[in-house]
This record gives sequence, structure tokens and C-alpha cells, in this order.
Amino acid sequence: MSALPPYASTGQRIWHYGFRTICGLIFFFLIAPIMVIVPLSFNAENFFTFTPEMLRLDPEGYSLRHYVDFFTNPNWQGPLWNSIKIAPAATLLSVCLGTLAAIGLSQPHVPGRRAIMAMLISPMIVPLIISAAGMYFFYSRIGLQGTYFGVVLAHAALGIPFVIITVTATLVGFDSSLTRAAANLGASPVTTFFRVQMPLILPGVISGGLFAFITSFDEVVVVLFLGSASQKTLPWQMFTGLREQISPTILAAATVLITISIVLLATLEILRRRSERLRGLSPS
Amino acid sequence: MSDQTASGRPESPQSPVAALPGGEVTERDQDGPMLAADGRPLKSSLARALRREKLRALALIAPLLVFIFISFVLPIADMLFRSVQNDIVADTLPRTVVALANDPLEEEGVPSESTFAQFYTDLYIAEEYKEHTRLGSRLNYEMSGISSLFRGTGRAVGRFDTDIYADQFEAADPAFEDPAAWADWMADDDIRAALPLTTDAYDAWAGIAVELDEDNPAEEDPEDIVYTSLYRDLANGAAPPAPFPQVDVSGFESVSIRELFIEEDEDWADPEVWETIRAYSSRYTSGYFLNAADMQTTPEGVELRPENERVYMTLFVRTLWMSLVITFSCILLAYPISFLLATLPARHANLLMILVLLPFWTSLLVRTSAWKVLLQNEGVINDILVWIGIVSDTNRLALINNATGTIIAMTHILLPFMILPLYSVMKTIPPSYMRAARSLGAKDWTAFWRVWFPLSVPGIGAGSILVFIMSIGYYITPEIVGGTRGVFISNRIAYHISTSLNWGLAAALGTILLVVVLALYWVYDRLVGIDNVKLG
Repeated sequence: MSALPPYASTGQRIWHYGFRTICGLIFFFLIAPIMVIVPLSFNAENFFTFTPEMLRLDPEGYSLRHYVDFFTNPNWQGPLWNSIKIAPAATLLSVCLGTLAAIGLSQPHVPGRRAIMAMLISPMIVPLIISAAGMYFFYSRIGLQGTYFGVVLAHAALGIPFVIITVTATLVGFDSSLTRAAANLGASPVTTFFRVQMPLILPGVISGGLFAFITSFDEVVVVLFLGSASQKTLPWQMFTGLREQISPTILAAATVLITISIVLLATLEILRRRSERLRGLSPS
Repeated sequence: MSDQTASGRPESPQSPVAALPGGEVTERDQDGPMLAADGRPLKSSLARALRREKLRALALIAPLLVFIFISFVLPIADMLFRSVQNDIVADTLPRTVVALANDPLEEEGVPSESTFAQFYTDLYIAEEYKEHTRLGSRLNYEMSGISSLFRGTGRAVGRFDTDIYADQFEAADPAFEDPAAWADWMADDDIRAALPLTTDAYDAWAGIAVELDEDNPAEEDPEDIVYTSLYRDLANGAAPPAPFPQVDVSGFESVSIRELFIEEDEDWADPEVWETIRAYSSRYTSGYFLNAADMQTTPEGVELRPENERVYMTLFVRTLWMSLVITFSCILLAYPISFLLATLPARHANLLMILVLLPFWTSLLVRTSAWKVLLQNEGVINDILVWIGIVSDTNRLALINNATGTIIAMTHILLPFMILPLYSVMKTIPPSYMRAARSLGAKDWTAFWRVWFPLSVPGIGAGSILVFIMSIGYYITPEIVGGTRGVFISNRIAYHISTSLNWGLAAALGTILLVVVLALYWVYDRLVGIDNVKLG
């Protein structure tokens, strides 16, 4: 498949290039909608399509006004800061609890491992609207509805499955004779954990943390029900904007978020290579 | 505990032994069992070490388990409970519920005078606490018109002509005018026992005076409900002991509370109203579930609603159908891509993989807004189509606010979830299989269809279930690009939670959706195993 052999027939040639064209179109479908946002966000007008000036690449057609609005308008800055305050707290909570549990789950003898695993992964599977409804009813009963702490708690629960999945995956490749060697050399379990195990599984922990972060940073359904106006996050503001009065500032916000996801993706890729190198696998 | 015996050991021989306190094993005695260094039998020593290991593993998991239980599992359980919970009628009209249960409803399905009298007390109290409107809107889900009936009568109930009783009692004995005397009587256990209805009404009234008006009941004149109850007690032949004044009520002018209600609103003579109150007076109800399944209770029993009123079934069917279409389009688009990625050299594949992972990592809101912008009537896609000349400027394609919009946007959003499992399965197919098939004389298509495709089916299965599960619970994207024709059941649930406030129905719909998702989750766990979920 990779390269066309010189003896390929005409039919094979047509199929080869035809198939690649189809794949190219599908890749275009995947990436174009996201990429189209970026130039549109520099639109000088309040339109959501390319103006004739933009198509002529006339500098008059482009401007930073939507970015200025995004970074100065309190309607956007408040939510941005809320997101920045909520996501790290939720991430920290899910990473700490999730890593401990993943280590526990990777021990050879865990009673009811399958059931525990199913319960810990369930926040990823249960439809968000159901989680949101349940949390809304329950958290209002215990007075957490509309509080910062309530939103952090809910987002941490939603991030847990990602931490569990990535950290258990890393632990599969972890050589447990290393911890026994450390114990044999006189290290306490805590020292062993921080000096031997943690550095080795760190890439998995960080990528789990990134997943948890993006889950919280992106989450809108739960916060929509659980939060009050003072917990309004960036996705919430975008959601209201899309539903009610759509303003092009959304495109600037989207571009900022795309940049953040590119940074996260790059970090993750670097971590993956590092983890493969540490485990002795050749970087592919 | 039998599986912890030495017979289970060979799987991991070294760990429990290394964890033993002594760490060494003594020689076998001539006849006795094998002993560990501390003199215990080796068997129990190993079992103890294993138990300790299990406990340590559980101790590591416990904090998270407790956390997930409180922050996630309990809320869901609470929601499930809400779908059958129905306290409002029993809490708001406690006396009426009891009276109705014992009322044969002889007069054409309308309750008797004594039930109406209890209802009068209940409604009077509920009106003071402003709870009758909530009850009215709750019952309005079951029978339209009840809400306004309760609201209207609630306003009138304080002005009912029952004040004649207070006047007649006060005329018969001036002691009735003294609030302090009332307080004394109502502190006397013998009087309380002799006048059950009066005691009940007085206590409720005193509660209102203290809680709502912050008055001292011993300084306020009791309201009409107390005198009305007293009249009924005495008319029933109650004989309260001294110091309660002896009053003969046989000569009193009386008024029918039943007539007062029917005069206020003739709907109180409608048997259906009372049937509804009676049907929902139990603390648990299947009513929400019946509603969610488009069924209703009629005098003949449970039956489906008329065809044009089956909202929820239509919505469930649409959700499932559109999820199927989305899953299918995802397979169609993901298969060629995954095939290409799995067969290209790793260097190129990793580069192209970024094109898959970038959308995966991009915010859902960003992707949804992108589609909202692209699909609009004046959006980029329609502009391009008009420019090419496929579509004339006057009849641009309606791509948004309908099912098409939802399907296009959701296929794009869920596509990475299909590509990733498919790719990870395809990567494990050795390329030599295809070469072997070809060298045995198979044409390209035959080699693919008979060798490659069957091996990739597990990936299709895993990806399809994942995409299907995610898609039937989607809320944000259908809400924004779906209009009215392209929304899912989730949107209806959200509507009932935040707009119509019919939480019970929302919970019932949510429960049904949850059952479907959990069933699929179970299948997924059987087929793929949850620990095999790949992320990026």
C-alpha cells in the first residue's frame, strides 16, 4: 500500500490515487472546519463569512478587533478567569485520587477489580446530561449547587476516568521488581513511591492530567446546570453566545482555544516519545 | 478464601513470600505442615500476606471510590429515585389523602362533606405556606386545568363563609374570644383527645402564626379553620371535659363546605379532578415513567396516548435512528483513513495522525461553533456552492437547524472516536497476511475482503459502540445546530429540568436513557474491555 510497485496495472494505479484522494478529502473534512475559524476570526466586519476584501487579501479586510474585544470585554474575561480557576483545581483533585487508585488497581490481587473499574470509568460513559441532572438535584440538596467547590467536585469526577485509563496503561509497562529492589535496599514505601515509581510513571500521570484538564476546561453541560452566574466558564459563555446573540468574538475565543489544544497536543506527543524512550521502546 | 491456598500460588510465586516478615522458609518437619520462619504454618502465613496485599490495594483505591460514590454515583441514584418519587400530594394535602382513601366517592365520584372539610383545612394551610400553586402545577402535568383551579380557589379559600362559626361560638360563650383561653385548652391532653379535628387545625394554625407571621398564638384570635373543625367535632358528638365551655351546637347555623367549593369553581364537582388527586396521592408513582413512554392511565387502565401525542417515543426513536446514521457515517469515513494510517510507514502515519488528534483535542464548543458558522444560510459552505453555481442564490441549502445539521456536525465531532480504536486494531494486523493472500493468487479486492476486513471487524465493533454511546447522550451540538427537527432526547431532558421544571419526568426520561447506555456499556465491556480504551 505504501508505495506503488513499478509493475502495477492501470487499474491499480487509478485505485491507488483514487483512494488517496478520498482519504485526502476525509482529512480535509476533519481539519478544515477548525482551520476555517482562524482566518474568519480576523474579519474586520461583523460577518461569519469571507468578505470580498478578505478574499482579495486586502489588509483592510483583516483586523484584530474581535481579539481586542475578547481580551478587554468583562463578559469574556470573567468566564476566562473562572475556567482558569476551576480546571486546575479539578485536575489536581482527579490526578491525586486517580493516580493512587490506578496504582492500587494494578496490584496483582484486587478483589472485584472489574466492578471497581466499571464504576470508576462510568463518568465517561454516562451521558453528560444525566450526570448534570443528577448532580444538579443532589448538589442542591446538600447546598453545593452554584458554588465553586461544587463545580470543581463535579469536574474532578468527570476527569477521573481519563486519569485512571492513562495511568493504568502506563503501569502495565512498569517493572514491579524495581519497587521490591528499592524496598530491599531499605527505602520506605513513601520514598519508593516518590523516588522510584513516580518518576517512571510521570508521563502517564501528566497525560492523564492533561486529559482531565481539557475535560474540565471544555465542559459545559454540567457547569450549565450546577453553576451560578459567578461560575460562568468560557465554554458556557460560548454556548450562550451561540444560542442567543452570536457575536464574532466567539471566533476569536475559539482561535485562542485551538491554540491551547495545539500546545496540549504537542506536550502530549513529547511525553509519549519520552515515555517510550524510558521504557526502552524505540521512538516510532 | 479457599482460592488463597497454596494451590493458587504458582501464578506469582515470589511476591507473597518476599512480603513475609521473616522472608525465609524453614525445612519441612518430619510429619507436620510446612512452617514459615516465625513458626506459623506456611499456608496460613501466605494467606495472611495475600490478605494484607489485597487490603493495601483496596486502601489505595478507597479514597477515589468514596469520592466517585459521593460526587457521582449518589447523584445519579438520587435522580433515579426522583423518577418514582411523588411526595408533593401527600405532603401538601395530608388530611385529604387520608380522607379520600376512606371515601367511597358515592356521589358521582365527588367526595363527601367530611372529605371536603379536610380538604378545606389542607388548602387553607397550603395557601398560607404558598404551596398550593406548586401542587397545582405538579398535578397539571397529569390533567391540564388543575393548576388554575388550585390557584383560583387558593385565593378564595380565606374568604369562605365559614366565619359564621366563629361568630356563633363567640356569641355562645365569650371565652372563645380569648386567645389565651384557647392556648390553655389546647395544652390540656384530655381536651385534645376529645377534639381531634380541632386540635389538628389549631396546631397547624399555631404553626403558621409562629413560623410565618412570627406571632404568639396565645395572643392571636384563631382562624376560621379552627372554629369550623370545632363545629365538626362537636357535631360529631364530641364531649370535651372542663374547663372547655359546654356549647350545644345543634341549634347552630351551618354551611356546607362542599357547596362552598363547588360554588367557587364548579370543577370541584368534576370526578376526574378527584380521581387525579387520588391517583397521585401515594408517595411513589409510575406516572412519570408512563408519561415518558407516552402512556396514560384511563379508567380502562394503562394505554398508549393517541398517535399525534406520542412525543417522547418519537424523540427516542429519532435519537436512536440519528445515532445509527451518525455511527454509520463515522464507519464510512473512518475506515479508509484508518486503513491508510495502518498501512503507511510509521513516520508518515504519525504526521497524519496529528490531523486526527487535533480535532479530538479541540474544544467541542469550538467545533460546534465552526459548524454553526459554516452551515449557516449566509455561511461559507452555501457561499461556495453559490459561487460554483450548484445552488442559486435564492434557494440556498437549509443545512442548519434541522437533522442534516446535527448529523454533519456530530459525524465530524465523533469521527476521531471511531478512527482511534479502528486504527489500533488495524495496526495489529500483520501486513504479511495480505501479501500471503496475494501470493496465493487472490486479487487485491479478494485479499482485502477475505483477509483484512474480517480481521478489522473488532475495531469496527469497538468504535461503533463507543460512537453510538456518545452520540445518544449528546446535548450541546443538537441544541445549537439541531433546531427543532434535529434535537435529541437529552435536549428534552434539559428542557424539563430548566424550563418546564417537571423534574420527575426529566428523571424518568433520564433513567430510560441511562438504562440504554449502561446496556451498551456492558456489551462494550464484554467485547472490548473497558481497560482497553485507547486515548490518543
